Amino acid sequence: MKFGVLISEGPYTHEAADTAYNFVKSAIAKGHEVPRVFFYHDGVNVSTRLSVPPQDERNIQKQWTALAAEHGVDLVVCIAAAQRRGILDENEASRQGKDANNIAEGFRISGLGQLIEMGIQTDRLVTFGD
Amino acid sequence: MSDTKKFLYVNRRAPYGTIYALESLEVVLIGAAFEQDVSLAFLDDGVFQLTKGQKTDGLGVKNFSPTFRALGDYDVTKLYVEKESLEERGLSEADLQEIMYEDEDDDWEEKPSIRIVSRAEMVDIMSDQDVVLSF
Amino acid sequence: MATLHTVNKSPFMTQTLLSCINHAKDGDAILMIEDGVYGGMAGTGLSDAVAAKAASLNICVLTEDLEARGLDAGRLVEGVSAVGYDGFVDLVAETDRTQAWL
Repeated sequence: MKFGVLISEGPYTHEAADTAYNFVKSAIAKGHEVPRVFFYHDGVNVSTRLSVPPQDERNIQKQWTALAAEHGVDLVVCIAAAQRRGILDENEASRQGKDANNIAEGFRISGLGQLIEMGIQTDRLVTFGD
Repeated sequence: MSDTKKFLYVNRRAPYGTIYALESLEVVLIGAAFEQDVSLAFLDDGVFQLTKGQKTDGLGVKNFSPTFRALGDYDVTKLYVEKESLEERGLSEADLQEIMYEDEDDDWEEKPSIRIVSRAEMVDIMSDQDVVLSF
Repeated sequence: MATLHTVNKSPFMTQTLLSCINHAKDGDAILMIEDGVYGGMAGTGLSDAVAAKAASLNICVLTEDLEARGLDAGRLVEGVSAVGYDGFVDLVAETDRTQAWL
Protein backbone atom coordinates (compact mmCIF):
# COMPACT_ATOMS: atom_id res chain seq x y z
CA MET A 1 0.00 0.00 0.00
CA LYS A 2 1.14 3.56 -0.68
CA PHE A 3 1.26 5.96 2.28
CA GLY A 4 1.67 9.72 1.98
CA VAL A 5 2.90 11.53 5.08
CA LEU A 6 2.37 15.15 6.10
CA ILE A 7 4.54 16.69 8.81
CA SER A 8 3.21 19.99 10.06
CA GLU A 9 5.28 20.71 13.14
CA GLY A 10 8.93 21.59 13.67
CA PRO A 11 11.71 19.34 14.98
CA TYR A 12 12.96 19.10 18.58
CA THR A 13 10.22 21.22 20.20
CA HIS A 14 7.51 18.80 19.12
CA GLU A 15 7.56 15.02 18.82
CA ALA A 16 5.80 15.05 15.44
CA ALA A 17 8.88 14.69 13.23
CA ASP A 18 10.17 11.80 15.37
CA THR A 19 6.82 10.03 15.38
CA ALA A 20 6.58 10.43 11.63
CA TYR A 21 10.10 9.09 11.15
CA ASN A 22 9.41 6.00 13.26
CA PHE A 23 6.12 5.47 11.44
CA VAL A 24 7.67 5.73 7.98
CA LYS A 25 10.51 3.37 8.92
CA SER A 26 8.01 0.80 10.22
CA ALA A 27 5.76 1.18 7.18
CA ILE A 28 8.66 0.57 4.79
CA ALA A 29 9.91 -2.36 6.89
CA LYS A 30 6.45 -3.92 6.60
CA GLY A 31 6.56 -3.68 2.82
CA HIS A 32 4.51 -0.54 2.27
CA GLU A 33 5.66 2.26 0.03
CA VAL A 34 6.13 5.83 1.21
CA PRO A 35 6.70 7.71 -2.03
CA ARG A 36 6.59 11.17 -0.52
CA VAL A 37 6.74 13.07 2.77
CA PHE A 38 5.49 16.65 2.70
CA PHE A 39 6.74 19.24 5.19
CA TYR A 40 4.39 22.11 5.99
CA HIS A 41 3.93 24.82 8.66
CA ASP A 42 6.95 24.67 11.02
CA GLY A 43 7.64 21.18 9.67
CA VAL A 44 9.75 22.86 6.99
CA ASN A 45 12.37 23.54 9.70
CA VAL A 46 13.31 19.86 9.62
CA SER A 47 15.02 20.50 6.30
CA THR A 48 17.74 22.95 7.35
CA ARG A 49 21.20 21.43 7.16
CA LEU A 50 22.49 24.06 9.60
CA SER A 51 21.07 22.55 12.78
CA VAL A 52 23.73 21.11 15.06
CA PRO A 53 22.16 19.12 17.90
CA PRO A 54 24.45 17.71 20.62
CA GLN A 55 26.35 14.61 19.46
CA ASP A 56 24.53 12.26 21.81
CA GLU A 57 21.15 13.30 20.37
CA ARG A 58 19.55 12.23 17.14
CA ASN A 59 19.94 14.60 14.22
CA ILE A 60 16.43 14.70 12.80
CA GLN A 61 17.42 16.21 9.45
CA LYS A 62 20.12 13.58 8.93
CA GLN A 63 17.72 10.78 9.79
CA TRP A 64 15.36 11.94 7.05
CA THR A 65 18.15 12.52 4.54
CA ALA A 66 19.40 8.97 5.13
CA LEU A 67 15.91 7.51 4.85
CA ALA A 68 15.34 9.34 1.59
CA ALA A 69 18.63 8.08 0.16
CA GLU A 70 18.01 4.50 1.21
CA HIS A 71 14.36 4.19 0.20
CA GLY A 72 13.85 6.85 -2.43
CA VAL A 73 11.38 8.86 -0.36
CA ASP A 74 10.65 12.23 -1.97
CA LEU A 75 11.03 14.85 0.80
CA VAL A 76 9.11 17.93 -0.31
CA VAL A 77 9.21 21.21 1.59
CA CYS A 78 6.39 23.69 0.97
CA ILE A 79 7.80 26.77 -0.71
CA ALA A 80 5.40 29.29 0.84
CA ALA A 81 5.92 27.94 4.35
CA ALA A 82 9.69 27.66 3.76
CA GLN A 83 10.08 31.23 2.57
CA ARG A 84 8.29 32.56 5.65
CA ARG A 85 10.67 30.63 7.88
CA GLY A 86 13.95 31.19 6.08
CA ILE A 87 14.40 27.82 4.41
CA LEU A 88 15.95 28.33 0.97
CA ASP A 89 17.54 26.27 -1.74
CA GLU A 90 20.13 27.62 -4.13
CA ASN A 91 17.61 28.78 -6.72
CA GLU A 92 15.35 30.51 -4.24
CA ALA A 93 18.28 32.16 -2.46
CA SER A 94 19.49 33.72 -5.67
CA ARG A 95 15.96 34.62 -6.80
CA GLN A 96 15.28 36.37 -3.49
CA GLY A 97 18.70 38.04 -3.38
CA LYS A 98 19.81 36.14 -0.27
CA ASP A 99 23.46 35.38 0.45
CA ALA A 100 23.03 31.78 1.55
CA ASN A 101 20.85 28.71 1.32
CA ASN A 102 20.30 26.03 3.92
CA ILE A 103 18.30 23.14 2.53
CA ALA A 104 19.72 19.71 3.29
CA GLU A 105 20.46 16.93 0.85
CA GLY A 106 17.46 14.79 0.00
CA PHE A 107 14.94 17.61 0.50
CA ARG A 108 13.50 19.73 -2.28
CA ILE A 109 11.39 22.87 -2.20
CA SER A 110 8.18 22.84 -4.19
CA GLY A 111 4.59 24.01 -4.14
CA LEU A 112 1.56 22.98 -2.13
CA GLY A 113 0.31 21.20 -5.21
CA GLN A 114 2.71 18.41 -4.28
CA LEU A 115 0.69 17.85 -1.09
CA ILE A 116 -2.58 17.59 -2.99
CA GLU A 117 -0.95 15.34 -5.59
CA MET A 118 0.29 13.10 -2.76
CA GLY A 119 -3.27 12.87 -1.44
CA ILE A 120 -4.50 11.86 -4.87
CA GLN A 121 -1.77 9.37 -5.67
CA THR A 122 -1.41 7.51 -2.37
CA ASP A 123 -3.83 5.11 -0.67
CA ARG A 124 -3.59 6.75 2.76
CA LEU A 125 -2.49 10.11 4.03
CA VAL A 126 -1.17 10.27 7.57
CA THR A 127 -0.61 13.62 9.30
CA PHE A 128 1.80 14.32 12.14
CA GLY A 129 1.63 17.71 13.82
CA ASP A 130 0.76 19.41 17.04
CA MET B 1 -11.25 4.53 -11.96
CA SER B 2 -11.95 8.18 -11.44
CA ASP B 3 -9.11 10.48 -10.45
CA THR B 4 -11.45 12.54 -8.31
CA LYS B 5 -11.15 12.05 -4.61
CA LYS B 6 -13.11 13.52 -1.75
CA PHE B 7 -10.88 15.90 0.21
CA LEU B 8 -11.94 17.25 3.58
CA TYR B 9 -10.05 20.08 5.23
CA VAL B 10 -10.69 19.98 8.96
CA ASN B 11 -10.35 23.31 10.76
CA ARG B 12 -10.38 23.06 14.55
CA ARG B 13 -8.25 26.06 15.47
CA ALA B 14 -8.93 29.74 15.91
CA PRO B 15 -7.30 32.29 13.60
CA TYR B 16 -4.34 34.61 14.44
CA GLY B 17 -3.12 32.89 17.62
CA THR B 18 -1.38 30.40 15.35
CA ILE B 19 -0.75 30.29 11.61
CA TYR B 20 -2.66 27.05 11.01
CA ALA B 21 -5.90 28.66 9.81
CA LEU B 22 -4.14 30.87 7.29
CA GLU B 23 -1.89 28.13 5.96
CA SER B 24 -4.86 25.76 5.74
CA LEU B 25 -6.62 28.28 3.54
CA GLU B 26 -3.53 28.46 1.33
CA VAL B 27 -3.74 24.69 0.78
CA VAL B 28 -7.43 24.93 -0.08
CA LEU B 29 -6.75 27.63 -2.69
CA ILE B 30 -3.90 25.72 -4.32
CA GLY B 31 -5.80 22.45 -4.07
CA ALA B 32 -8.76 23.91 -5.94
CA ALA B 33 -6.76 23.72 -9.17
CA PHE B 34 -6.73 19.92 -8.89
CA GLU B 35 -10.49 19.69 -9.39
CA GLN B 36 -11.13 17.30 -6.53
CA ASP B 37 -14.36 17.07 -4.54
CA VAL B 38 -13.49 19.53 -1.77
CA SER B 39 -15.27 20.20 1.51
CA LEU B 40 -14.23 22.26 4.51
CA ALA B 41 -15.23 21.37 8.06
CA PHE B 42 -15.24 23.91 10.87
CA LEU B 43 -15.62 22.55 14.37
CA ASP B 44 -14.32 23.24 17.86
CA ASP B 45 -12.35 26.53 17.79
CA GLY B 46 -12.29 26.37 13.99
CA VAL B 47 -15.69 28.06 13.94
CA PHE B 48 -13.97 31.26 15.12
CA GLN B 49 -12.27 31.49 11.70
CA LEU B 50 -15.55 32.43 10.05
CA THR B 51 -16.76 35.20 12.34
CA LYS B 52 -17.53 38.53 10.75
CA GLY B 53 -16.00 41.84 11.68
CA GLN B 54 -12.40 40.66 12.03
CA LYS B 55 -10.04 43.67 12.17
CA THR B 56 -6.33 43.01 12.35
CA ASP B 57 -4.93 46.50 11.77
CA GLY B 58 -3.98 46.74 15.42
CA LEU B 59 -1.96 43.55 15.20
CA GLY B 60 -0.19 44.47 12.01
CA VAL B 61 -1.00 41.08 10.46
CA LYS B 62 -3.03 40.28 7.39
CA ASN B 63 -6.78 39.84 7.83
CA PHE B 64 -7.41 36.73 5.77
CA SER B 65 -11.09 36.31 6.61
CA PRO B 66 -12.28 37.98 3.36
CA THR B 67 -10.51 35.19 1.47
CA PHE B 68 -13.25 32.79 2.57
CA ARG B 69 -15.69 34.83 0.49
CA ALA B 70 -13.57 34.18 -2.62
CA LEU B 71 -13.70 30.41 -2.28
CA GLY B 72 -16.79 30.17 -4.45
CA ASP B 73 -14.75 31.45 -7.39
CA TYR B 74 -12.52 28.42 -6.89
CA ASP B 75 -15.50 26.04 -6.86
CA VAL B 76 -15.07 25.47 -3.14
CA THR B 77 -18.66 25.75 -2.05
CA LYS B 78 -19.13 23.32 0.83
CA LEU B 79 -18.22 24.89 4.17
CA TYR B 80 -19.70 22.73 6.90
CA VAL B 81 -19.94 24.40 10.31
CA GLU B 82 -20.85 22.37 13.35
CA LYS B 83 -23.83 23.70 15.25
CA GLU B 84 -22.77 22.31 18.63
CA SER B 85 -19.34 23.94 18.31
CA LEU B 86 -21.01 27.30 17.62
CA GLU B 87 -23.39 26.95 20.55
CA GLU B 88 -20.67 25.87 23.00
CA ARG B 89 -18.90 29.12 22.14
CA GLY B 90 -21.95 31.34 22.43
CA LEU B 91 -22.14 31.88 18.69
CA SER B 92 -24.87 31.49 16.13
CA GLU B 93 -24.97 31.61 12.35
CA ALA B 94 -25.63 35.37 12.60
CA ASP B 95 -22.09 35.83 13.95
CA LEU B 96 -20.55 34.34 10.81
CA GLN B 97 -19.78 36.20 7.63
CA GLU B 98 -22.01 35.62 4.64
CA ILE B 99 -20.24 33.47 2.08
CA MET B 100 -22.03 32.92 -1.23
CA TYR B 101 -21.35 31.07 -4.45
CA GLU B 102 -23.03 31.05 -7.84
CA ASP B 103 -24.48 27.64 -8.65
CA GLU B 104 -23.62 26.92 -12.27
CA ASP B 105 -26.06 24.01 -12.30
CA ASP B 106 -28.93 26.23 -11.20
CA ASP B 107 -28.81 29.23 -13.54
CA TRP B 108 -25.98 30.82 -11.51
CA GLU B 109 -28.25 31.38 -8.58
CA GLU B 110 -26.48 32.77 -5.51
CA LYS B 111 -26.44 30.26 -2.67
CA PRO B 112 -24.81 30.18 0.76
CA SER B 113 -21.59 28.17 1.04
CA ILE B 114 -21.87 27.87 4.82
CA ARG B 115 -23.98 24.91 5.82
CA ILE B 116 -24.71 24.53 9.51
CA VAL B 117 -24.72 20.86 10.40
CA SER B 118 -25.28 18.90 13.59
CA ARG B 119 -22.47 16.93 15.18
CA ALA B 120 -24.08 13.72 13.93
CA GLU B 121 -24.11 15.08 10.40
CA MET B 122 -20.48 16.16 10.78
CA VAL B 123 -19.56 12.61 11.76
CA ASP B 124 -21.18 11.33 8.57
CA ILE B 125 -19.39 13.97 6.46
CA MET B 126 -16.04 13.05 7.98
CA SER B 127 -16.54 9.35 7.43
CA ASP B 128 -17.43 9.85 3.76
CA GLN B 129 -13.99 11.15 2.67
CA ASP B 130 -10.98 9.76 0.87
CA VAL B 131 -8.45 12.22 2.23
CA VAL B 132 -8.74 14.17 5.49
CA LEU B 133 -6.31 17.04 5.99
CA SER B 134 -6.22 18.51 9.50
CA PHE B 135 -4.60 21.80 10.27
CA MET C 1 -15.60 2.22 5.94
CA ALA C 2 -13.79 2.89 9.16
CA THR C 3 -11.54 5.76 10.14
CA LEU C 4 -8.36 5.72 12.20
CA HIS C 5 -8.27 8.78 14.44
CA THR C 6 -4.95 9.81 15.96
CA VAL C 7 -4.80 11.95 19.09
CA ASN C 8 -1.49 13.41 20.25
CA LYS C 9 -2.55 15.74 23.05
CA SER C 10 -2.91 15.07 26.73
CA PRO C 11 -6.65 15.17 27.50
CA PHE C 12 -5.84 17.07 30.67
CA MET C 13 -4.50 19.93 28.54
CA THR C 14 -6.97 20.15 25.65
CA GLN C 15 -10.43 18.92 24.68
CA THR C 16 -9.03 17.10 21.65
CA LEU C 17 -9.57 13.55 22.89
CA LEU C 18 -13.16 14.31 23.89
CA SER C 19 -13.84 15.96 20.55
CA CYS C 20 -12.35 12.98 18.76
CA ILE C 21 -14.44 10.52 20.78
CA ASN C 22 -17.54 12.58 20.05
CA HIS C 23 -16.84 12.41 16.32
CA ALA C 24 -15.84 8.77 16.04
CA LYS C 25 -18.24 6.27 14.51
CA ASP C 26 -18.85 2.79 15.86
CA GLY C 27 -16.17 0.56 14.40
CA ASP C 28 -13.60 3.33 14.10
CA ALA C 29 -10.19 3.12 15.71
CA ILE C 30 -8.54 5.71 17.94
CA LEU C 31 -4.78 5.62 18.43
CA MET C 32 -3.33 7.78 21.17
CA ILE C 33 0.22 8.87 20.40
CA GLU C 34 2.77 11.25 21.94
CA ASP C 35 1.20 13.06 24.95
CA GLY C 36 -2.11 11.59 23.82
CA VAL C 37 -1.22 8.31 25.57
CA TYR C 38 -2.16 9.82 28.94
CA GLY C 39 -5.74 9.59 27.71
CA GLY C 40 -5.58 5.80 27.94
CA MET C 41 -4.67 5.64 31.62
CA ALA C 42 -6.97 4.02 34.14
CA GLY C 43 -7.99 5.83 37.31
CA THR C 44 -8.14 9.33 35.87
CA GLY C 45 -11.00 11.78 35.61
CA LEU C 46 -11.43 10.76 32.00
CA SER C 47 -11.14 6.99 32.32
CA ASP C 48 -14.89 6.48 32.47
CA ALA C 49 -15.44 8.46 29.25
CA VAL C 50 -12.83 6.33 27.51
CA ALA C 51 -14.07 3.06 29.00
CA ALA C 52 -17.61 3.86 27.84
CA LYS C 53 -16.36 3.83 24.25
CA ALA C 54 -13.97 0.90 24.51
CA ALA C 55 -16.58 -1.56 23.31
CA SER C 56 -17.77 0.30 20.21
CA LEU C 57 -14.35 1.71 19.19
CA ASN C 58 -10.95 0.09 18.84
CA ILE C 59 -8.98 2.28 21.25
CA CYS C 60 -5.21 1.87 21.29
CA VAL C 61 -2.17 3.64 22.64
CA LEU C 62 1.30 3.65 21.10
CA THR C 63 3.57 1.44 23.20
CA GLU C 64 6.75 3.39 22.50
CA ASP C 65 5.18 6.64 23.73
CA LEU C 66 3.72 4.86 26.76
CA GLU C 67 7.08 3.39 27.75
CA ALA C 68 8.89 6.68 27.21
CA ARG C 69 6.61 8.17 29.85
CA GLY C 70 7.23 5.44 32.41
CA LEU C 71 3.89 3.75 31.81
CA ASP C 72 2.98 0.26 30.68
CA ALA C 73 -0.07 -1.54 29.36
CA GLY C 74 -1.05 -2.54 32.92
CA ARG C 75 -1.97 1.07 33.61
CA LEU C 76 -4.51 1.30 30.79
CA VAL C 77 -8.27 1.48 30.94
CA GLU C 78 -9.79 -1.97 30.44
CA GLY C 79 -10.50 -2.54 26.77
CA VAL C 80 -7.74 -0.17 25.65
CA SER C 81 -4.78 -1.94 24.10
CA ALA C 82 -1.16 -1.01 23.50
CA VAL C 83 0.26 -1.37 19.99
CA GLY C 84 3.74 -0.64 18.65
CA TYR C 85 4.64 1.17 15.46
CA ASP C 86 3.95 -2.07 13.55
CA GLY C 87 0.42 -1.96 14.91
CA PHE C 88 0.14 1.72 14.00
CA VAL C 89 1.04 0.87 10.40
CA ASP C 90 -1.50 -1.96 10.36
CA LEU C 91 -4.24 0.33 11.69
CA VAL C 92 -3.57 2.83 8.90
CA ALA C 93 -3.67 0.08 6.29
CA GLU C 94 -6.77 -1.64 7.70
CA THR C 95 -8.90 1.48 7.97
CA ASP C 96 -10.11 3.56 5.03
CA ARG C 97 -8.67 6.90 6.06
CA THR C 98 -6.65 8.48 8.83
CA GLN C 99 -7.75 11.64 10.55
CA ALA C 100 -5.33 13.46 12.83
CA TRP C 101 -6.83 15.36 15.77
CA LEU C 102 -4.09 17.90 16.23
